[in-house]
Amino acid sequence: MTNGESQNKLSKQAQATTHDASVKKTVKKLMLIVFGMFGFGFALVPLYDVFCDITGLNGKTSNVAASYNVKSIDTERTITVQFLTRTAKGIPWKFEPMVNEVEVHPGERKTVIFYAKNESTSDIVGQAVPSVSPGRAAVYFQKIECFCFNSQPLKASEDVEMGLQFYVDLDIPDDVSTITLSYTLYDITSSVDS
Amino acid sequence: MTTDVIDDQSEHDSHDGEHHDHKMTGIKRWLYTTNHKDIGSMYLWFSFIMFLTGGAMALVIRAELFQPGLQIIEPDFFNQMTTVHGLIMVFGAIMPAFTGLANWMLPMMVGAPDMALPRLNNWSFWILPFAFAILLSSFFMESGAPNFGWTFYAPLSTTYSNGSTAFFVFAVHIMGISSIMGAINIVVTIMNMRAPGMTYMKMPLFVWTFFITAYLLIAVMPVLAGTVTMVLTDTYFGTSFFDAAGGGDPVMFQHIFWFFGHPEVYIMILPAFGIVSTTIPAFSRKPLFGYSSMVYATASIAFLSFIVWAHHMFTTGMPLFGELFFMYCTMLIAVPTGVKVFNWAATMWRGSLSFETPMLFSIAFVILFTIGGFSGLMLAMTPADFQYHDTYFVVAHFHYVLVTGALFSIFAGAYYWLPKWTGYMYNDTLSKWHFWCSLISVNLLFFPMHFLGLAGMPRRIPDYALQFADFNKWVSIGGFAFGISQLIFLVLVIKCIRGGEKAPMKPWDGAEGLEWTVPSPAPYHTFTTPPKID
Repeated sequence: MTNGESQNKLSKQAQATTHDASVKKTVKKLMLIVFGMFGFGFALVPLYDVFCDITGLNGKTSNVAASYNVKSIDTERTITVQFLTRTAKGIPWKFEPMVNEVEVHPGERKTVIFYAKNESTSDIVGQAVPSVSPGRAAVYFQKIECFCFNSQPLKASEDVEMGLQFYVDLDIPDDVSTITLSYTLYDITSSVDS
Repeated sequence: MTTDVIDDQSEHDSHDGEHHDHKMTGIKRWLYTTNHKDIGSMYLWFSFIMFLTGGAMALVIRAELFQPGLQIIEPDFFNQMTTVHGLIMVFGAIMPAFTGLANWMLPMMVGAPDMALPRLNNWSFWILPFAFAILLSSFFMESGAPNFGWTFYAPLSTTYSNGSTAFFVFAVHIMGISSIMGAINIVVTIMNMRAPGMTYMKMPLFVWTFFITAYLLIAVMPVLAGTVTMVLTDTYFGTSFFDAAGGGDPVMFQHIFWFFGHPEVYIMILPAFGIVSTTIPAFSRKPLFGYSSMVYATASIAFLSFIVWAHHMFTTGMPLFGELFFMYCTMLIAVPTGVKVFNWAATMWRGSLSFETPMLFSIAFVILFTIGGFSGLMLAMTPADFQYHDTYFVVAHFHYVLVTGALFSIFAGAYYWLPKWTGYMYNDTLSKWHFWCSLISVNLLFFPMHFLGLAGMPRRIPDYALQFADFNKWVSIGGFAFGISQLIFLVLVIKCIRGGEKAPMKPWDGAEGLEWTVPSPAPYHTFTTPPKID
């Protein structure tokens, strides 16, 4: 091997080393994107909840009790609040509101009662999930007390009256005159047991 | 280690022109190969087999829909057919075909000896057959195959799953890993292996579109992996990401899924843009009109694909602002796409056109893809979408984009490069038969679906109202004709591999690019010394 050839070989070797290094660097960067985006997929879950909480998108209401410290009641306006209930597939409960609708002034505190009865022969834990329509009214609908904050266990044939205390925020947009509050009741016995 | 590589390379340099393959023989060659051409061929064959498998499922669907009423299969099996047909065509046929083309052509186009990560390349192909074996094995299980639609909406895939969710989830995980590895390889190759002098703006547009597509894959396949993982834990491990009873939200599933799903749509069409941007100039004997605007248009489509996902969900009860935002963003995509279509037309304008089979498929692509684009615009209009949503109009739309769009571009590319791959010219008459049979039958198959959808026929149903009977009969006839036409292609490819007229180094006189500077068939190793680009 002549001198020139070996030099040529050395410089090629150096080139190959820098090439390998830059390949490794690019791969590392791309792997970071991959893991980042995998994490981002899961981060979308809390982000979605936060987004819905802030904007009231999707008719999601807050899962936290609101404190009642309203200074005045707007007697000029009257809002009709309607109540709907439905049971999810597979839960043998009777579940209905005692009144179908109430009229409230913004800022006024109101209590309504819902009735639930376990019509099966086994013990079941139920969970009611609320949803408000129109969706943009959700942030103005404040629940002071709600049976939906906790799960509701009922023994076979047992029944219960469950209370909901709420008020409608004074800032509710002028064009909203009716709010529909819908509860869906789910059977969560299996997940409570485990 | 590095010295070995160099010894190997200098050996090749000294034996320039001679074949010095170090190929293993038999099955081991294909199992252990790290050669980009071998892996490319395996990807292409695999995707063709999957294409026929998914196609057979489509024919089962069309046979059932030939007449109203239930004749051949049960509704549940019908749902399994629609689901697995979609999964196979998306992840098994179109995407691997593009990866195969990328493997074969990218290193040659940028003047590199191979992909940057050859061992990884071998892995990304070889896990793919296992993914589809898992998915297809579910047909032989008691519960049956996935029946919740390829979009696997919760709670269909969680609460109401038939027990196939685990098979589905692990299959998708493996497909995703394969795609991510393939995409990383493409990006690394393009960034590090270009021949000296090939700047980014000198790369062929084919390379550009694969570069951008690979980035899309790297960005959204992990989100898909996350989504299927959530579905898995919701179904089997008691989490409630998508279960309202536990504080989750099924609508959120659709948001996360379509955050992956919409870029996925462009993953399947951007490489098609790259292929026809290669073939149209070649058979117009003119350089591509507006090269840099093509690059920017591709990049803007890729960017916009991340902010339009909720146009798949207009009917989920979004607030007005959301509907307007997603409607306008979606319509904005028509601008860069229009730039592309006009550029292809301008490339052909006053060119000396000749109509070899790759060109025929490319022209059909431009016209029929544009029809699919326009029906996409109709779907983008929120108020109109409330009527079109989940009807056959949607089915017509995405089949125009994916079959006469993506698939036709793959055929165009295959006919364009087949002489380079096999070293033989293919039978021209047979290829013309393939084109005209496909063109006529595909329109008979998908065009009446527009009318069915506008008249209100819902998608994914095994039975339908009597007034849809005539159109469905024609659609089914078109479906079977299209399916049979593809066998012409199979025969043509096998004949072309076995022999024929010797292909010259550059069989198309208007073709440009480094791949035409190597002999046909392309030697096992090309560009061990990089070419100089000026």
